[in-house]
Amino acid sequence: MGSFYLVGFGAGGWGVEIIEATLMTVAVSLCAFLFGMVFGTLGAWAKLSASLIARALGDVYTTVLRGIPDLLVIYLLYFGGSTALTAVGRAFGAEGFIGVNAFLTGALAVGIVSGAYQTEVFRGAYLTIARGEIEAAKAVGMRPLLMLHRIIVPQVVRFALPGMGNVWQLVLKESALISVTGLVELLRQSQVAAGSTKRPFPFYITAMAMYLVLTSASSWLFRWSETRALRGVRRA
Amino acid sequence: MHDRSGAWERPGKEKGDQAMRFVVALFWAVVAVALAAVTPVEAQTKDWKKIRIGTEGAYAPWNFSEAGGKLSGFEIDLANELCKRMNAECTIVAQDWDGIIPALQSSKYDAIMAAMNITDKRLETINFSSVYAAAPASFAVLKSSPLAKMPGTGEVYPLATKGAEAQKAIDAVKPMLKGKVVGAQVSTTNLAFVEKYFKDQVDIRSYKTTEQHDLDLTAGRLDAAFAAVTYWNDVIAKPEGKDIVIVGPAFSGEVLGRGVAAGLRKEDAELKTKFDEAIKSALADGTIKALSVKWFKVDISPK
Amino acid sequence: MELAFLLDTTERLLSGIPLLLQLWALSVAAGVVLAIAIALLRMSGVRPLEWAASFYVFVFRGTPLLVQMFMIYYGLSQFPEIRQSFLWAFLRQPYWCAILAFVLNTAAYGSEIVRGGLLAVPFGEVEAARACGMSGFVLFRRIIFPIALRQALPAYGNEIILMVKATSLASIITLMEVTGIAQRIISETFRAVEVFICAGAIYLVINFLISRAVAALEHHLSPHRRAAADRPALAVLSVDRA
Repeated sequence: MGSFYLVGFGAGGWGVEIIEATLMTVAVSLCAFLFGMVFGTLGAWAKLSASLIARALGDVYTTVLRGIPDLLVIYLLYFGGSTALTAVGRAFGAEGFIGVNAFLTGALAVGIVSGAYQTEVFRGAYLTIARGEIEAAKAVGMRPLLMLHRIIVPQVVRFALPGMGNVWQLVLKESALISVTGLVELLRQSQVAAGSTKRPFPFYITAMAMYLVLTSASSWLFRWSETRALRGVRRA
Repeated sequence: MHDRSGAWERPGKEKGDQAMRFVVALFWAVVAVALAAVTPVEAQTKDWKKIRIGTEGAYAPWNFSEAGGKLSGFEIDLANELCKRMNAECTIVAQDWDGIIPALQSSKYDAIMAAMNITDKRLETINFSSVYAAAPASFAVLKSSPLAKMPGTGEVYPLATKGAEAQKAIDAVKPMLKGKVVGAQVSTTNLAFVEKYFKDQVDIRSYKTTEQHDLDLTAGRLDAAFAAVTYWNDVIAKPEGKDIVIVGPAFSGEVLGRGVAAGLRKEDAELKTKFDEAIKSALADGTIKALSVKWFKVDISPK
Repeated sequence: MELAFLLDTTERLLSGIPLLLQLWALSVAAGVVLAIAIALLRMSGVRPLEWAASFYVFVFRGTPLLVQMFMIYYGLSQFPEIRQSFLWAFLRQPYWCAILAFVLNTAAYGSEIVRGGLLAVPFGEVEAARACGMSGFVLFRRIIFPIALRQALPAYGNEIILMVKATSLASIITLMEVTGIAQRIISETFRAVEVFICAGAIYLVINFLISRAVAALEHHLSPHRRAAADRPALAVLSVDRA
């Protein structure tokens, strides 16, 4: 069977499965990225806080999660995650076991790691905001919540965009590691197809091409957003 | 922009509001997804009317996935048979081999039927039903390999009863394997066997799936691989496996486990009783023997 | 969480460190050489070469390292032509497949960093050097390279540290470095949390040592800044002030 036929949409072709798997990759990456945003926001808040303990915890989070291989984090959640979650659940009074599926395990693992990078991005973006603006806001008498809502968040979003673009690319590529949990995303599907047909090459080439499509589309999207977001801002 | 009412609209308020709303919506979306996906499994009702069974789905002909993901094989047929006898509704799910026991313990399913042998190591964490099949294991090599001339092909040595002869057979094979590269699947009795008897003689490689060691065997990265004879027979029957041949003696028992049985959580004593009864009745009326002949061409039910 | 198990696990994991360091060191060393070559190709002025180098960087930065590794390990071995060639002596072994994948990957990122460093050399310096009569290799060796190196070092240092994490992927093609051994232990004992703690600690220590080494290298390579800090009067001689 020719290589094109194998990855195509005919009867013996794996085209449909590959497309579905690519969508799964996007889905799990999005979920991981969003988890990362939550952790990243918390982490940045901790690292910018006045409290020494919060800063220390934030430091530990970023240092540890950026220094340990992501594969280990995934193994931790895949092999040990349910035990931990069940214990947590019991503490909240849930009965029985808490089952977590492969999608969530993978998304959470990559999310926790990307959160460490996003912490740094948010922190850097926050520190880029001109001190004068914060002072002015305080002088005008804005309440902290209003200041957050009107001054800080819009500018953090704008300055964080380049960094977030990088982190998103990272997450997209890390999603390939989630294949070890058995989740049928792009790499996993390629492995299944390769093993089943004993022809690994066409499938891995196709997988690489699909990842390239995803990363190119993403970088184009982020560049477009940056142009829009940074309108009117004088840059070095 | 400065209007007398005192309210000062900051330029970019619209964008700022939008951004804030977006971020807040995103946050709640994440929380919703997380809550939806973390599903507390209801504590199993003790009557076991619904049983979920986990299998690997990548170990033909015991359990494998057909095109489209449908699970099929000896153990799928056997599971359906046993569930009929237990008056239960069964669902069978696939799970990667290396996580198959942790997934049982976290209640992803209630029983494992995946060509899993009873070993003391496994008994430390889980329990087993009674044995429903016995699976000796052997080496497989490429037809073109010098190892194809391994002595003892066709002989079977149960390590528990024929320990001395088994050791002699192993010793006969050792010089041929010295320095070679041998592969087996991770977390299996097959790997344990190779490690126990050939540890410092061969370069042992462990693989996540049997498919991966088959690929490396065909590519020539492995000089030999060790797995169940029934598995090899199926591999050889397919066109891609035409260059593979089973060589050397086959072994069973002891480190290779005391027979294939269903893995169960230790606390599910009632489920074990149900399984044991179902297996006993399936053995008694020859169902298991018939299924075995259908899938393996030989009868591997326990005598 | 027993101490005995933690100690035993750590001891087993330690035996994976030599392989980890070998993979890391070889990949980084060969990666630097290839990165410089690719960066020079991209700035060579010869269109086909520039395009080829850009395409290489695009592919290896746009796809996951794991896919690249599978492609090299399983994909290439599909072809009998490769299996019968001299390349097979290397590609047959997972060690060299892993190194090849790491080198190709880090060189793609590295070449961007090198290119950034080269582009950051102030043109005034090059003009002045040319005015003095320097050209070609002398110009490169005495002016461009040292300045580019100093500019690129922080980013490249980061890349070197990231390579330590990348070596963990070698475990997926049967190499028993630290992560591979950790996975074996977990599959035998099911105690993921303790094994994670031990393996994580090992990686953190290695990362810490390597970041210290890179920081020391940066410090060593910036004598003008050091001198300015010790003796303020010397700041006037600092090259950076241009």
